[in-house]
Amino acid sequence: MKREKRWKTQKVSKKQVIEQLKVNAWCWLFMALAVGFYILFQGYPIICSIQYSLLDWSGMTSNATFVGLANYTELLRDELFWNAFANSFKYMGMIVPLELAVSLFLAYMLNNEKLRGRSLYRTMYFIPVITTASVVGIIMVFILGVQGPVNHALVALNIIDSPVNFLGNAKYALLTLVVISLWKDCGTYMIYWLAGLQGVPKDVYEAATIDGADRRQTFFHIVLPLIAPTGGIIAILCAINSLKVFDIVKTMTEGGPYYATDVIATYVYRTAFSSEIGMPRLGYASAAALFFGGAVIVIGLGLNAIKSRLSKYV
Amino acid sequence: MNKEKTLRKIRTSFTHVLLAGIGLAWIYPFLWMIAASFKSQPEFFKNRLGLMPDDPTIDNFVRIWNKADFGTYFINTIVVTVFSVVIVLVMTMMAGYAMGRFKFVGRNLCMAIFLGSIAIPLVSTIIPTYEVVKSMNLVGTKLGLILSQAGGAHVIFLLLFTSFFEGVPKELEEASKIDGCNYFQTFFHVMMPLCKPVATTVVIMETIWAWNAFMLPLVLTLNNPASRTLAVGLYAFKGENTVDWTGIAAGGTIAVIPVIILFIFMQKHFVEGIAGAVKS
Repeated sequence: MKREKRWKTQKVSKKQVIEQLKVNAWCWLFMALAVGFYILFQGYPIICSIQYSLLDWSGMTSNATFVGLANYTELLRDELFWNAFANSFKYMGMIVPLELAVSLFLAYMLNNEKLRGRSLYRTMYFIPVITTASVVGIIMVFILGVQGPVNHALVALNIIDSPVNFLGNAKYALLTLVVISLWKDCGTYMIYWLAGLQGVPKDVYEAATIDGADRRQTFFHIVLPLIAPTGGIIAILCAINSLKVFDIVKTMTEGGPYYATDVIATYVYRTAFSSEIGMPRLGYASAAALFFGGAVIVIGLGLNAIKSRLSKYV
Repeated sequence: MNKEKTLRKIRTSFTHVLLAGIGLAWIYPFLWMIAASFKSQPEFFKNRLGLMPDDPTIDNFVRIWNKADFGTYFINTIVVTVFSVVIVLVMTMMAGYAMGRFKFVGRNLCMAIFLGSIAIPLVSTIIPTYEVVKSMNLVGTKLGLILSQAGGAHVIFLLLFTSFFEGVPKELEEASKIDGCNYFQTFFHVMMPLCKPVATTVVIMETIWAWNAFMLPLVLTLNNPASRTLAVGLYAFKGENTVDWTGIAAGGTIAVIPVIILFIFMQKHFVEGIAGAVKS
Protein backbone atom coordinates (compact mmCIF):
# COMPACT_ATOMS: atom_id res chain seq x y z
CA MET A 1 0.00 0.00 0.00
CA LYS A 2 2.72 2.40 1.00
CA ARG A 3 4.68 1.41 -1.99
CA GLU A 4 1.80 2.01 -4.31
CA LYS A 5 1.38 5.53 -3.00
CA ARG A 6 4.98 6.36 -3.58
CA TRP A 7 4.72 5.03 -7.09
CA LYS A 8 1.76 7.25 -7.69
CA THR A 9 3.48 10.45 -6.57
CA GLN A 10 6.44 9.62 -8.71
CA LYS A 11 4.19 9.25 -11.69
CA VAL A 12 2.61 12.58 -10.97
CA SER A 13 5.95 14.29 -10.74
CA LYS A 14 7.00 12.73 -14.01
CA LYS A 15 3.91 14.15 -15.59
CA GLN A 16 4.74 17.48 -14.03
CA VAL A 17 8.20 17.37 -15.48
CA ILE A 18 6.82 16.77 -18.94
CA GLU A 19 4.32 19.57 -18.45
CA GLN A 20 7.13 21.83 -17.27
CA LEU A 21 9.21 21.00 -20.32
CA LYS A 22 6.26 21.72 -22.53
CA VAL A 23 5.72 25.13 -20.92
CA ASN A 24 9.38 25.94 -21.38
CA ALA A 25 9.36 24.91 -24.99
CA TRP A 26 6.28 27.01 -25.74
CA CYS A 27 7.67 29.99 -23.90
CA TRP A 28 10.91 29.91 -25.84
CA LEU A 29 8.94 29.59 -29.04
CA PHE A 30 7.11 32.79 -28.08
CA MET A 31 10.39 34.45 -27.17
CA ALA A 32 12.17 33.31 -30.33
CA LEU A 33 11.44 36.34 -32.48
CA ALA A 34 12.37 38.89 -29.82
CA VAL A 35 15.48 37.00 -28.77
CA GLY A 36 16.50 36.46 -32.38
CA PHE A 37 16.26 40.12 -33.26
CA TYR A 38 17.99 41.03 -30.04
CA ILE A 39 20.91 38.72 -30.71
CA LEU A 40 21.23 39.77 -34.33
CA PHE A 41 21.11 43.52 -33.80
CA GLN A 42 22.27 44.06 -30.23
CA GLY A 43 23.93 41.05 -28.60
CA TYR A 44 26.09 39.95 -31.51
CA PRO A 45 27.06 43.53 -32.43
CA ILE A 46 28.34 44.14 -28.91
CA ILE A 47 30.58 41.08 -29.09
CA CYS A 48 31.67 42.13 -32.58
CA SER A 49 32.53 45.59 -31.27
CA ILE A 50 34.95 44.01 -28.85
CA GLN A 51 36.56 42.07 -31.67
CA TYR A 52 36.68 45.09 -34.02
CA SER A 53 38.21 47.25 -31.33
CA LEU A 54 41.31 45.06 -31.44
CA LEU A 55 41.76 45.48 -35.18
CA ASP A 56 43.30 48.01 -37.48
CA TRP A 57 40.61 47.95 -40.13
CA SER A 58 39.16 50.47 -42.58
CA GLY A 59 36.01 48.46 -43.22
CA MET A 60 36.45 49.01 -46.96
CA THR A 61 38.68 45.99 -47.48
CA SER A 62 38.77 42.61 -45.81
CA ASN A 63 42.39 42.88 -44.68
CA ALA A 64 42.31 43.73 -41.02
CA THR A 65 45.35 43.45 -38.81
CA PHE A 66 45.12 42.40 -35.22
CA VAL A 67 46.69 45.14 -33.14
CA GLY A 68 45.75 44.10 -29.62
CA LEU A 69 45.07 47.02 -27.33
CA ALA A 70 46.84 49.55 -29.55
CA ASN A 71 43.53 51.27 -30.40
CA TYR A 72 42.83 51.79 -26.72
CA THR A 73 46.27 53.16 -25.91
CA GLU A 74 45.93 55.50 -28.88
CA LEU A 75 42.53 56.62 -27.57
CA LEU A 76 44.05 57.59 -24.25
CA ARG A 77 46.33 60.01 -26.08
CA ASP A 78 43.73 61.24 -28.58
CA GLU A 79 42.86 64.83 -27.71
CA LEU A 80 39.86 64.89 -30.02
CA PHE A 81 38.44 61.82 -28.31
CA TRP A 82 38.80 63.34 -24.86
CA ASN A 83 37.35 66.58 -26.17
CA ALA A 84 34.26 64.68 -27.37
CA PHE A 85 34.16 62.69 -24.14
CA ALA A 86 34.26 65.88 -22.06
CA ASN A 87 31.65 67.55 -24.26
CA SER A 88 29.27 64.62 -23.81
CA PHE A 89 29.51 64.95 -20.05
CA LYS A 90 29.37 68.76 -20.12
CA TYR A 91 26.22 68.44 -22.16
CA MET A 92 24.81 65.96 -19.65
CA GLY A 93 25.76 68.17 -16.71
CA MET A 94 23.95 71.14 -18.22
CA ILE A 95 20.86 69.44 -19.56
CA VAL A 96 19.89 67.13 -16.68
CA PRO A 97 19.21 69.80 -14.02
CA LEU A 98 17.64 72.20 -16.54
CA GLU A 99 15.45 69.52 -18.09
CA LEU A 100 14.27 68.21 -14.72
CA ALA A 101 13.47 71.69 -13.40
CA VAL A 102 11.63 72.97 -16.48
CA SER A 103 9.64 69.79 -17.01
CA LEU A 104 8.72 69.59 -13.32
CA PHE A 105 7.55 73.21 -13.43
CA LEU A 106 5.31 72.52 -16.42
CA ALA A 107 4.02 69.28 -14.89
CA TYR A 108 3.21 70.99 -11.60
CA MET A 109 1.33 73.74 -13.40
CA LEU A 110 -0.67 71.22 -15.41
CA ASN A 111 -1.36 68.92 -12.47
CA ASN A 112 -4.45 70.89 -11.57
CA GLU A 113 -7.75 69.36 -12.54
CA LYS A 114 -9.54 72.70 -12.34
CA LEU A 115 -7.23 74.28 -14.89
CA ARG A 116 -9.12 74.80 -18.11
CA GLY A 117 -7.44 73.77 -21.35
CA ARG A 118 -4.80 71.69 -19.67
CA SER A 119 -4.92 69.01 -22.34
CA LEU A 120 -4.38 71.67 -24.99
CA TYR A 121 -1.32 72.94 -23.13
CA ARG A 122 -0.05 69.42 -22.71
CA THR A 123 -0.39 68.78 -26.44
CA MET A 124 1.52 71.97 -27.23
CA TYR A 125 4.39 71.11 -24.90
CA PHE A 126 4.51 67.60 -26.22
CA ILE A 127 4.63 68.32 -29.95
CA PRO A 128 8.42 68.81 -30.17
CA VAL A 129 8.88 65.33 -28.64
CA ILE A 130 7.16 63.50 -31.46
CA THR A 131 8.76 65.39 -34.33
CA THR A 132 11.86 64.20 -36.13
CA ALA A 133 14.97 65.38 -34.27
CA SER A 134 17.06 65.70 -37.41
CA VAL A 135 14.39 67.78 -39.14
CA VAL A 136 14.00 69.98 -36.09
CA GLY A 137 17.77 70.43 -35.99
CA ILE A 138 17.89 71.59 -39.61
CA ILE A 139 15.00 74.01 -39.14
CA MET A 140 16.58 75.34 -35.97
CA VAL A 141 19.75 76.19 -37.88
CA PHE A 142 17.62 78.69 -39.77
CA ILE A 143 15.58 79.89 -36.84
CA LEU A 144 18.71 80.61 -34.80
CA GLY A 145 20.80 81.72 -37.76
CA VAL A 146 22.20 85.23 -38.15
CA GLN A 147 19.39 86.02 -40.57
CA GLY A 148 16.77 83.98 -38.75
CA PRO A 149 13.70 85.10 -36.85
CA VAL A 150 15.22 84.85 -33.36
CA ASN A 151 18.05 87.26 -34.10
CA HIS A 152 15.65 89.43 -36.08
CA ALA A 153 13.35 89.69 -33.07
CA LEU A 154 16.15 90.24 -30.55
CA VAL A 155 17.63 93.06 -32.63
CA ALA A 156 14.23 94.61 -33.26
CA LEU A 157 13.53 94.59 -29.53
CA ASN A 158 16.94 96.19 -28.86
CA ILE A 159 17.99 93.30 -26.63
CA ILE A 160 21.14 92.86 -28.68
CA ASP A 161 22.89 95.30 -31.02
CA SER A 162 23.92 92.92 -33.75
CA PRO A 163 22.86 89.36 -34.58
CA VAL A 164 24.52 86.61 -32.56
CA ASN A 165 25.82 83.56 -34.36
CA PHE A 166 24.51 81.08 -31.80
CA LEU A 167 25.77 77.96 -33.53
CA GLY A 168 28.86 79.34 -35.22
CA ASN A 169 30.43 80.71 -32.06
CA ALA A 170 32.30 78.15 -29.98
CA LYS A 171 31.30 79.99 -26.80
CA TYR A 172 27.55 79.60 -27.29
CA ALA A 173 27.25 76.54 -29.52
CA LEU A 174 27.04 73.81 -26.88
CA LEU A 175 24.71 75.85 -24.70
CA THR A 176 22.47 76.48 -27.71
CA LEU A 177 22.31 72.74 -28.36
CA VAL A 178 21.37 72.20 -24.72
CA VAL A 179 18.53 74.72 -25.00
CA ILE A 180 17.20 73.13 -28.18
CA SER A 181 17.34 69.61 -26.71
CA LEU A 182 15.68 70.92 -23.58
CA TRP A 183 12.83 72.25 -25.66
CA LYS A 184 12.68 69.11 -27.78
CA ASP A 185 12.52 66.51 -24.98
CA CYS A 186 10.87 68.46 -22.19
CA GLY A 187 7.43 66.98 -22.91
CA THR A 188 8.60 63.42 -22.19
CA TYR A 189 9.95 64.33 -18.77
CA MET A 190 6.84 66.39 -18.08
CA ILE A 191 4.74 63.25 -18.61
CA TYR A 192 7.06 61.29 -16.29
CA TRP A 193 6.65 63.96 -13.60
CA LEU A 194 2.89 64.05 -14.13
CA ALA A 195 2.77 60.29 -13.55
CA GLY A 196 4.66 60.87 -10.29
CA LEU A 197 2.51 63.82 -9.25
CA GLN A 198 -0.68 61.86 -9.80
CA GLY A 199 0.55 59.48 -7.12
CA VAL A 200 0.40 62.27 -4.53
CA PRO A 201 -2.96 61.94 -2.71
CA LYS A 202 -5.26 64.96 -2.92
CA ASP A 203 -5.78 65.26 0.83
CA VAL A 204 -2.08 66.05 1.20
CA TYR A 205 -2.68 69.33 -0.65
CA GLU A 206 -5.82 70.00 1.39
CA ALA A 207 -4.02 69.38 4.65
CA ALA A 208 -1.26 71.75 3.58
CA THR A 209 -3.76 74.47 2.71
CA ILE A 210 -5.48 74.08 6.06
CA ASP A 211 -2.11 74.40 7.78
CA GLY A 212 -1.71 77.71 5.98
CA ALA A 213 1.00 76.75 3.53
CA ASP A 214 1.06 78.72 0.28
CA ARG A 215 1.64 77.08 -3.09
CA ARG A 216 5.39 77.46 -2.99
CA GLN A 217 5.68 76.04 0.53
CA THR A 218 3.37 73.17 -0.33
CA PHE A 219 5.53 72.38 -3.31
CA PHE A 220 8.95 72.50 -1.67
CA HIS A 221 8.11 71.01 1.71
CA ILE A 222 5.43 68.49 0.90
CA VAL A 223 5.14 67.58 -2.77
CA LEU A 224 8.84 67.54 -3.66
CA PRO A 225 9.88 65.05 -0.96
CA LEU A 226 6.99 62.80 -1.99
CA ILE A 227 7.93 62.67 -5.66
CA ALA A 228 11.70 62.58 -5.09
CA PRO A 229 11.93 58.79 -5.70
CA THR A 230 10.26 59.21 -9.12
CA GLY A 231 12.62 62.12 -9.68
CA GLY A 232 15.57 59.82 -9.16
CA ILE A 233 14.43 57.49 -11.94
CA ILE A 234 13.70 60.44 -14.21
CA ALA A 235 17.17 61.87 -13.56
CA ILE A 236 18.83 58.58 -14.47
CA LEU A 237 16.80 58.24 -17.67
CA CYS A 238 17.58 61.84 -18.57
CA ALA A 239 21.31 61.38 -17.92
CA ILE A 240 21.51 58.22 -20.02
CA ASN A 241 19.51 59.75 -22.87
CA SER A 242 21.61 62.89 -22.86
CA LEU A 243 24.78 60.86 -23.32
CA LYS A 244 23.25 59.24 -26.41
CA VAL A 245 22.64 62.56 -28.18
CA PHE A 246 23.39 62.46 -31.90
CA ASP A 247 20.61 63.65 -34.24
CA ILE A 248 20.42 67.23 -33.00
CA VAL A 249 24.20 67.69 -32.84
CA LYS A 250 24.80 66.08 -36.22
CA THR A 251 22.23 68.23 -37.99
CA MET A 252 22.81 71.51 -36.16
CA THR A 253 26.57 71.80 -35.80
CA GLU A 254 28.20 68.58 -37.12
CA GLY A 255 30.26 68.79 -33.93
CA GLY A 256 31.66 72.22 -34.80
CA PRO A 257 32.75 74.96 -34.70
CA TYR A 258 36.25 73.53 -34.24
CA TYR A 259 34.91 70.46 -32.38
CA ALA A 260 33.33 72.68 -29.70
CA THR A 261 30.15 70.58 -29.77
CA ASP A 262 31.68 67.28 -30.82
CA VAL A 263 30.14 64.52 -28.69
CA ILE A 264 31.06 60.84 -28.68
CA ALA A 265 28.35 59.86 -31.15
CA THR A 266 29.48 62.40 -33.73
CA TYR A 267 33.12 61.49 -33.07
CA VAL A 268 32.46 57.78 -33.66
CA TYR A 269 30.36 58.49 -36.72
CA ARG A 270 33.08 60.65 -38.24
CA THR A 271 35.81 58.12 -37.50
CA ALA A 272 33.85 55.14 -38.78
CA PHE A 273 31.73 56.33 -41.67
CA SER A 274 33.00 59.58 -43.03
CA SER A 275 35.86 60.09 -45.38
CA GLU A 276 36.46 63.74 -44.52
CA ILE A 277 39.47 62.84 -42.38
CA GLY A 278 40.97 60.19 -44.62
CA MET A 279 40.26 56.47 -44.51
CA PRO A 280 37.50 55.38 -42.14
CA ARG A 281 38.80 53.48 -39.11
CA LEU A 282 36.20 50.99 -37.96
CA GLY A 283 38.45 49.32 -35.41
CA TYR A 284 39.50 52.54 -33.77
CA ALA A 285 35.91 53.89 -33.79
CA SER A 286 34.71 50.64 -32.19
CA ALA A 287 37.21 51.06 -29.40
CA ALA A 288 35.97 54.60 -28.77
CA ALA A 289 32.32 53.51 -28.87
CA LEU A 290 32.96 50.61 -26.49
CA PHE A 291 34.98 52.69 -24.09
CA PHE A 292 32.19 55.23 -23.99
CA GLY A 293 29.43 52.58 -23.76
CA GLY A 294 31.28 51.15 -20.77
CA ALA A 295 31.48 54.59 -19.19
CA VAL A 296 27.73 55.11 -19.68
CA ILE A 297 26.91 51.76 -18.06
CA VAL A 298 29.22 52.48 -15.12
CA ILE A 299 27.60 55.87 -14.64
CA GLY A 300 24.13 54.36 -14.92
CA LEU A 301 24.96 51.78 -12.25
CA GLY A 302 26.60 54.43 -10.07
CA LEU A 303 23.59 56.74 -10.26
CA ASN A 304 21.31 53.82 -9.50
CA ALA A 305 23.36 52.97 -6.41
CA ILE A 306 23.29 56.58 -5.23
CA LYS A 307 19.55 56.68 -5.80
CA SER A 308 18.84 53.54 -3.78
CA ARG A 309 21.12 54.72 -0.97
CA LEU A 310 19.39 58.10 -0.87
CA SER A 311 15.93 56.58 -0.87
CA LYS A 312 16.91 54.51 2.16
CA TYR A 313 17.49 57.66 4.18
CA VAL A 314 14.49 59.63 3.02
CA MET B 1 -14.20 86.88 0.71
CA ASN B 2 -14.79 88.90 -2.43
CA LYS B 3 -11.25 90.13 -2.39
CA GLU B 4 -10.00 86.58 -2.21
CA LYS B 5 -12.09 85.66 -5.21
CA THR B 6 -10.66 88.45 -7.38
CA LEU B 7 -7.19 87.51 -6.22
CA ARG B 8 -7.76 83.95 -7.30
CA LYS B 9 -9.13 85.11 -10.63
CA ILE B 10 -6.05 87.24 -11.23
CA ARG B 11 -3.84 84.33 -10.35
CA THR B 12 -5.70 81.98 -12.71
CA SER B 13 -5.48 84.39 -15.63
CA PHE B 14 -1.80 84.92 -14.89
CA THR B 15 -1.32 81.15 -15.04
CA HIS B 16 -3.10 80.99 -18.38
CA VAL B 17 -1.06 83.84 -19.86
CA LEU B 18 2.11 82.12 -18.73
CA LEU B 19 1.16 78.65 -19.97
CA ALA B 20 -0.18 79.91 -23.29
CA GLY B 21 2.93 82.04 -23.79
CA ILE B 22 5.18 79.06 -23.21
CA GLY B 23 2.96 76.95 -25.46
CA LEU B 24 3.19 79.43 -28.32
CA ALA B 25 6.96 79.67 -27.96
CA TRP B 26 7.01 75.87 -27.94
CA ILE B 27 5.24 75.45 -31.26
CA TYR B 28 6.48 78.63 -32.94
CA PRO B 29 9.29 76.81 -34.82
CA PHE B 30 6.75 74.51 -36.45
CA LEU B 31 4.39 77.34 -37.34
CA TRP B 32 7.35 79.27 -38.75
CA MET B 33 8.45 76.27 -40.79
CA ILE B 34 4.99 75.63 -42.20
CA ALA B 35 4.58 79.32 -43.03
CA ALA B 36 8.00 79.41 -44.70
CA SER B 37 7.15 76.40 -46.81
CA PHE B 38 4.32 78.36 -48.40
CA LYS B 39 6.37 81.51 -49.01
CA SER B 40 8.19 82.40 -52.19
CA GLN B 41 11.94 82.91 -51.91
CA PRO B 42 11.82 86.75 -52.07
CA GLU B 43 9.01 86.91 -49.56
CA PHE B 44 10.86 84.58 -47.23
CA PHE B 45 13.74 87.03 -46.92
CA LYS B 46 11.47 90.06 -46.67
CA ASN B 47 9.16 88.65 -44.04
CA ARG B 48 11.29 86.65 -41.62
CA LEU B 49 9.16 86.60 -38.51
CA GLY B 50 5.68 86.48 -39.97
CA LEU B 51 3.52 83.41 -39.83
CA MET B 52 1.08 84.36 -42.60
CA PRO B 53 2.43 84.28 -46.16
CA ASP B 54 1.05 87.21 -48.20
CA ASP B 55 0.94 85.18 -51.35
CA PRO B 56 0.86 81.47 -50.49
CA THR B 57 2.41 79.17 -53.06
CA ILE B 58 2.88 75.43 -53.27
CA ASP B 59 5.87 75.74 -55.60
CA ASN B 60 8.24 74.63 -52.86
CA PHE B 61 6.41 71.38 -52.34
CA VAL B 62 6.15 70.64 -56.04
CA ARG B 63 9.85 71.41 -56.51
CA ILE B 64 11.19 69.16 -53.77
CA TRP B 65 8.64 66.41 -54.33
CA ASN B 66 9.61 66.00 -57.97
CA LYS B 67 13.15 67.30 -58.30
CA ALA B 68 14.62 66.38 -54.92
CA ASP B 69 13.03 62.94 -54.64
CA PHE B 70 10.96 63.70 -51.57
CA GLY B 71 8.21 61.58 -53.10
CA THR B 72 10.55 58.59 -52.94
CA TYR B 73 11.70 59.48 -49.43
CA PHE B 74 8.11 59.76 -48.29
CA ILE B 75 7.22 56.31 -49.62
CA ASN B 76 10.43 54.83 -48.19
CA THR B 77 9.62 56.25 -44.77
CA ILE B 78 6.11 54.81 -44.86
CA VAL B 79 7.32 51.37 -45.98
CA VAL B 80 10.10 51.18 -43.39
CA THR B 81 7.84 52.44 -40.62
CA VAL B 82 4.92 50.13 -41.36
CA PHE B 83 6.94 46.93 -41.65
CA SER B 84 9.20 47.58 -38.68
CA VAL B 85 6.14 48.41 -36.56
CA VAL B 86 4.51 45.12 -37.52
CA ILE B 87 7.63 43.13 -36.61
CA VAL B 88 8.11 44.97 -33.32
CA LEU B 89 4.47 44.55 -32.38
CA VAL B 90 4.39 40.82 -33.04
CA MET B 91 7.67 40.09 -31.30
CA THR B 92 7.09 42.21 -28.19
CA MET B 93 3.53 40.92 -27.85
CA MET B 94 4.60 37.29 -28.00
CA ALA B 95 7.58 37.78 -25.72
CA GLY B 96 5.51 39.85 -23.30
CA TYR B 97 2.92 37.04 -23.19
CA ALA B 98 5.53 34.43 -22.33
CA MET B 99 7.20 36.64 -19.72
CA GLY B 100 3.98 37.89 -18.19
CA ARG B 101 2.18 34.53 -17.87
CA PHE B 102 4.79 31.86 -17.31
CA LYS B 103 7.84 31.10 -15.28
CA PHE B 104 10.32 29.43 -17.56
CA VAL B 105 14.01 28.70 -17.45
CA GLY B 106 15.93 31.82 -18.46
CA ARG B 107 13.02 34.24 -18.03
CA ASN B 108 14.72 36.41 -15.44
CA LEU B 109 18.00 36.35 -17.32
CA CYS B 110 16.24 37.56 -20.49
CA MET B 111 14.50 40.30 -18.56
CA ALA B 112 17.76 41.44 -16.97
CA ILE B 113 19.58 41.52 -20.31
CA PHE B 114 16.75 43.44 -21.97
CA LEU B 115 16.59 45.93 -19.10
CA GLY B 116 20.35 46.39 -19.11
CA SER B 117 20.19 47.32 -22.78
CA ILE B 118 18.57 50.66 -21.95
CA ALA B 119 21.99 51.99 -21.09
CA ILE B 120 23.73 50.86 -24.28
CA PRO B 121 23.95 53.74 -26.74
CA LEU B 122 23.16 52.96 -30.38
CA VAL B 123 26.52 54.41 -31.31
CA SER B 124 28.22 51.50 -29.54
CA THR B 125 26.52 48.93 -31.76
CA ILE B 126 26.08 50.84 -35.00
CA ILE B 127 29.34 49.73 -36.61
CA PRO B 128 28.75 45.96 -36.23
CA THR B 129 25.06 46.45 -37.04
CA TYR B 130 26.19 47.94 -40.32
CA GLU B 131 28.43 44.90 -40.85
CA VAL B 132 25.57 42.51 -40.00
CA VAL B 133 23.33 44.17 -42.58
CA LYS B 134 26.23 44.15 -45.04
CA SER B 135 26.79 40.43 -44.57
CA MET B 136 23.11 39.90 -45.43
CA ASN B 137 23.72 41.94 -48.59
CA LEU B 138 21.05 44.40 -47.48
CA VAL B 139 22.99 47.65 -47.11
CA GLY B 140 21.10 50.44 -48.83
CA THR B 141 17.89 48.42 -49.13
CA LYS B 142 14.61 49.03 -47.41
CA LEU B 143 14.59 45.49 -46.04
CA GLY B 144 17.90 46.13 -44.30
CA LEU B 145 16.48 49.29 -42.79
CA ILE B 146 13.31 47.51 -41.67
CA LEU B 147 15.15 44.64 -40.01
CA SER B 148 17.72 46.76 -38.22
CA GLN B 149 15.05 49.23 -37.13
CA ALA B 150 13.08 46.32 -35.65
CA GLY B 151 16.20 45.00 -33.91
CA GLY B 152 17.18 45.90 -30.39
CA ALA B 153 15.44 45.33 -27.11
CA HIS B 154 12.30 47.55 -27.17
CA VAL B 155 12.30 47.40 -23.39
CA ILE B 156 9.37 49.76 -22.89
CA PHE B 157 7.07 47.70 -25.12
CA LEU B 158 8.15 44.45 -23.49
CA LEU B 159 7.43 45.89 -20.06
CA LEU B 160 4.04 47.19 -21.18
CA PHE B 161 2.99 43.81 -22.57
CA THR B 162 4.50 41.84 -19.70
CA SER B 163 2.70 43.82 -17.03
CA PHE B 164 -0.53 43.70 -19.03
CA PHE B 165 -0.47 39.91 -19.42
CA GLU B 166 0.46 39.49 -15.76
CA GLY B 167 -2.87 41.08 -14.88
CA VAL B 168 -5.08 38.84 -17.01
CA PRO B 169 -7.04 36.37 -14.82
CA LYS B 170 -5.92 32.74 -14.93
CA GLU B 171 -9.45 31.43 -15.52
CA LEU B 172 -9.49 32.63 -19.12
CA GLU B 173 -6.53 30.50 -19.98
CA GLU B 174 -7.84 27.45 -18.19
CA ALA B 175 -11.18 27.74 -19.94
CA SER B 176 -9.55 27.81 -23.34
CA LYS B 177 -7.34 24.88 -22.34
CA ILE B 178 -10.45 22.86 -21.51
CA ASP B 179 -11.84 23.82 -24.88
CA GLY B 180 -8.79 22.08 -26.33
CA CYS B 181 -6.69 25.07 -27.37
CA ASN B 182 -2.92 24.72 -27.37
CA TYR B 183 -0.69 27.59 -26.22
CA PHE B 184 -0.61 29.24 -29.58
CA GLN B 185 -4.36 29.03 -30.08
CA THR B 186 -4.94 30.43 -26.60
CA PHE B 187 -2.62 33.29 -27.41
CA PHE B 188 -4.19 33.93 -30.77
CA HIS B 189 -7.86 33.65 -29.87
CA VAL B 190 -7.99 34.71 -26.23
CA MET B 191 -5.03 36.91 -25.40
CA MET B 192 -4.50 38.90 -28.57
CA PRO B 193 -7.98 40.43 -28.64
CA LEU B 194 -7.59 41.38 -24.97
CA CYS B 195 -4.40 43.36 -25.34
CA LYS B 196 -5.68 45.77 -27.99
CA PRO B 197 -5.20 48.89 -25.82
CA VAL B 198 -1.55 48.06 -25.13
CA ALA B 199 -1.02 47.07 -28.75
CA THR B 200 -2.39 50.43 -29.89
CA THR B 201 0.03 52.24 -27.61
CA VAL B 202 2.94 50.20 -28.91
CA VAL B 203 1.94 50.80 -32.53
CA ILE B 204 1.67 54.56 -32.05
CA MET B 205 4.95 54.88 -30.16
CA GLU B 206 6.94 52.68 -32.52
CA THR B 207 5.43 54.41 -35.55
CA ILE B 208 6.65 57.74 -34.28
CA TRP B 209 10.07 56.40 -33.33
CA ALA B 210 10.61 54.54 -36.58
CA TRP B 211 9.44 57.57 -38.57
CA ASN B 212 11.91 59.79 -36.74
CA ALA B 213 14.90 57.43 -36.76
CA PHE B 214 18.02 59.11 -38.05
CA MET B 215 21.30 57.41 -37.19
CA LEU B 216 20.45 53.95 -38.55
CA PRO B 217 18.98 55.10 -41.88
CA LEU B 218 21.80 57.62 -42.24
CA VAL B 219 24.48 54.99 -41.88
CA LEU B 220 22.67 52.33 -43.91
CA THR B 221 21.87 54.58 -46.89
CA LEU B 222 25.18 56.45 -47.11
CA ASN B 223 25.88 55.16 -50.60
CA ASN B 224 22.33 54.63 -51.71
CA PRO B 225 20.24 57.82 -51.88
CA ALA B 226 17.28 55.94 -53.36
CA SER B 227 16.49 54.28 -50.01
CA ARG B 228 16.73 57.39 -47.86
CA THR B 229 13.97 58.18 -45.42
CA LEU B 230 12.64 61.71 -44.94
CA ALA B 231 14.81 62.35 -41.88
CA VAL B 232 17.97 61.52 -43.83
CA GLY B 233 16.70 62.94 -47.11
CA LEU B 234 16.21 66.40 -45.66
CA TYR B 235 19.68 66.33 -44.12
CA ALA B 236 21.20 65.39 -47.47
CA PHE B 237 19.09 68.02 -49.24
CA LYS B 238 20.34 70.68 -46.85
CA GLY B 239 23.92 69.62 -47.54
CA GLU B 240 23.40 70.07 -51.28
CA ASN B 241 21.11 73.11 -51.34
CA THR B 242 22.10 75.39 -48.47
CA VAL B 243 20.36 78.40 -50.00
CA ASP B 244 17.00 76.83 -50.74
CA TRP B 245 15.45 77.69 -47.38
CA THR B 246 11.86 77.51 -48.49
CA GLY B 247 12.52 74.12 -50.08
CA ILE B 248 14.02 72.87 -46.83
CA ALA B 249 11.04 74.22 -44.92
CA ALA B 250 8.71 72.37 -47.29
CA GLY B 251 10.70 69.15 -46.80
CA GLY B 252 10.55 69.60 -43.05
CA THR B 253 6.80 70.15 -43.24
CA ILE B 254 6.34 66.94 -45.22
CA ALA B 255 8.44 65.09 -42.66
CA VAL B 256 6.74 66.26 -39.47
CA ILE B 257 3.09 66.88 -40.41
CA PRO B 258 2.12 63.18 -40.60
CA VAL B 259 3.42 62.43 -37.11
CA ILE B 260 1.90 65.58 -35.65
CA ILE B 261 -1.51 64.62 -37.07
CA LEU B 262 -1.14 61.04 -35.84
CA PHE B 263 -0.15 62.31 -32.42
CA ILE B 264 -2.98 64.80 -32.08
CA PHE B 265 -5.55 62.09 -32.77
CA MET B 266 -3.88 59.33 -30.79
CA GLN B 267 -2.10 61.27 -28.06
CA LYS B 268 -3.90 59.51 -25.24
CA HIS B 269 -2.22 56.22 -26.14
CA PHE B 270 1.18 57.78 -26.53
CA VAL B 271 1.06 59.65 -23.25
CA GLU B 272 -0.23 56.59 -21.40
CA GLY B 273 2.56 54.49 -22.85
CA ILE B 274 5.22 56.91 -21.68
CA ALA B 275 3.66 57.26 -18.24
CA GLY B 276 3.31 53.47 -17.99
CA ALA B 277 6.98 53.05 -18.84
CA VAL B 278 8.18 55.14 -15.91
CA LYS B 279 5.71 53.53 -13.55
CA SER B 280 6.97 50.03 -14.28
